Amino acid sequence: MVPGEATGEVLRLDEPLSFWGGTDPASGRIIDRRHPQVGESITGRVLAMPFGRGSSSGSSALCEAVRSGTGPAAILMGEPDEIIALGAIVADEVYGTGFPVVVIPADGFDGLVTGTRVRVDVDGSVTPA
Amino acid sequence: MVLRLDARDEARLAGDEGEGQRMATSIVVRLAAAMEADHLLDVTGAHVDACLYLGPAMLDFADRLADAGATVSVPTTLNVSSLDLRHPDLYRGDPDDARAARRLMERYEEMGCRPTWTCAPYQSEARPGFGEHVAWAESNAISFANSVLGARTHRYGDFVDISCAVTGRAPAAGLHLDANRLATVVYRLDGISADLLDRDVLYPVLGGLVGRSVGKAVPVVDGLPEGVSEDRLKAMCAAAAATGSVGLFHVVGSTPEAPDLATALGGREPARVVEVTPSDLRAARDRLTTGVGDRLDVVSLGTPHYSVDEIGRLVDLLVDRRVHDDVAMYVSTGRDVLHEVELRGWAARLEAAGVQPVVDTCTYVTPIIRADARTAMTDSAKWAYYAPGNLGLDVAFGSTEDCVESAVAGRVVRDEGIWSGA
Repeated sequence: MVPGEATGEVLRLDEPLSFWGGTDPASGRIIDRRHPQVGESITGRVLAMPFGRGSSSGSSALCEAVRSGTGPAAILMGEPDEIIALGAIVADEVYGTGFPVVVIPADGFDGLVTGTRVRVDVDGSVTPA
Repeated sequence: MVLRLDARDEARLAGDEGEGQRMATSIVVRLAAAMEADHLLDVTGAHVDACLYLGPAMLDFADRLADAGATVSVPTTLNVSSLDLRHPDLYRGDPDDARAARRLMERYEEMGCRPTWTCAPYQSEARPGFGEHVAWAESNAISFANSVLGARTHRYGDFVDISCAVTGRAPAAGLHLDANRLATVVYRLDGISADLLDRDVLYPVLGGLVGRSVGKAVPVVDGLPEGVSEDRLKAMCAAAAATGSVGLFHVVGSTPEAPDLATALGGREPARVVEVTPSDLRAARDRLTTGVGDRLDVVSLGTPHYSVDEIGRLVDLLVDRRVHDDVAMYVSTGRDVLHEVELRGWAARLEAAGVQPVVDTCTYVTPIIRADARTAMTDSAKWAYYAPGNLGLDVAFGSTEDCVESAVAGRVVRDEGIWSGA
C-alpha cells in the first residue's frame, strides 16, 4: 500500500489493533487493555497484523509516533487498511520519513515469528534478515 | 490497476493551483494508489477528524496546509476537538496542550470548515442523502453515513479527510463502489426475548459483537424488529466501528440498502452465517466491562454525542432524582444539540439533577474526568472500549437506566433481569 524499505524484529499481533487508543505515541507501547499483547513496544518493529481496527485517528497516532521516534519499522497486513496507510503517507509528506505498509498473502504470515528479524523491500517482498 | 487522473487533478498535482491544493491532491492520490483506485470521484461534503489534538504532528500538518493557503471546496463539518469551548473550566490538562489544541481548531476554521465540533454530524439538518459520495472520517460517523443514510464514504482517516475537503475529490474505491457494499456475512438473531429486542442497551452490545467477529466483511443483521430507530442504529454503528473495522453494515428492514435479506446480499449466498444467541449477547455485554469497584466515581453518557431525543429520555429518567455527591456525571453532545436542549428548558433540569453537559469534545479524548477516578460507568460500547486505555480506569457497561440508577446510588447497579431472561 505504501512502498518502502525497512528491517526490524517481527512483532506478530494476535488480534487487530487500533493505533489510536491502543498505542501510546510517547512510549510506543500497546495500551489497549483488552489486547493480548498490551505492554509490548511497537517501536522499530515490523508489525504483522491481520487487519486494522477502530478509530480513524489511527492515522494521527501513527504520524505522531513517527514524529516522536516511537513508530514501527513497517506494518505487514493481511487485509488492506487505509487508516494505517494514511499514517505512513502523511508522516512522509510532513516529516519526509514514513514506513512501508504492505499487504501480504495469508500464508505469508506463517513465517513471521515474533522476535525474528526480517527485511521489507520496496517491491513488497519480506525476507529473513 | 492504473490510476488515471483527470486534467485538473494533474494540474493541481503539478502545483498549478498553489501549494495547498498540491499537498492535498498528493495525499488523496497516494491513498488512491494504495487503495488501487483507477480514478478519483467528486464528493459533495466532508467531515474532518484531524482537528482533535493528539500531539504536535497534528499541528505540523494543519500548519503546513493552512499556511499554504488551502481552503475547503465542499461543505465540511468538524469532529470533536480536545476542548469544550462552552465549558472551558472542565479541562484539567496541560495548559500548553490546551493552547496547541485551540490553535489546531483555529487552523481548521481558517481553512473554511464549519465549527460544528461533533462526532455526530448526521444529527444536523445538513446531512448527506442516499447515494451521495462524501469523505468522512470518525469511525462512528463513517458507519452511520454508509449504513443508516446510504451515503457513500470509505473509512477515511485523519489528514485525508481535510485533503478530500480541499480537493473535493476522493478515491473511487472501497465503500464508494456498489460491489463493495453488499453483505457477505449474515448475523441471525435466534431466541432473543421480545423484551431485550425492545431495549436500547441491546444495540451497542450487538454492534460490539458484530464488530469483534466480522473482520473486514460487510455484515447484515437479520432478526431485529423492522424500523430500528436512528439512535439505536447509531449505538450499533459506534460499537461495531470501535470493536472492529466496520464501515458499513445492513439491518434487514431498517437500513436503506437492506429492504430484505436477499437485497442486502445482492442475491448471492452468504459466505458465513453467524447465529447470535442470548448467551453470545451476554458474553458480548460482559466484554464491555473491565471491572466493578465498590465505589463509582464517574458516569459518562453521550458517545457518540447524544441526540435531542436521547437527552429528553435522560431528563425523564432524572425526574425528582439527583446524582450522588461522590459521582461526577457527564453527558456529551454537540453544541447545536445543547442549544436546542436549552431552548426546551432541559439543560437547567440536567444541571439541577447534577449532570454536567460537555460539548465540542468527549470525556475520553481529553482530561475532563479527574485523574484519581478509578471506576466509571457508561451506556456506550465505544466509550467502554476506549476509556480504560485512554484514562486508566475500570469501566462498567450498562443501560442508560442502569447508569442513572448507579449515579444516584453512588455505586454500580445493574438490572441483570433483562439479560438472564434473554
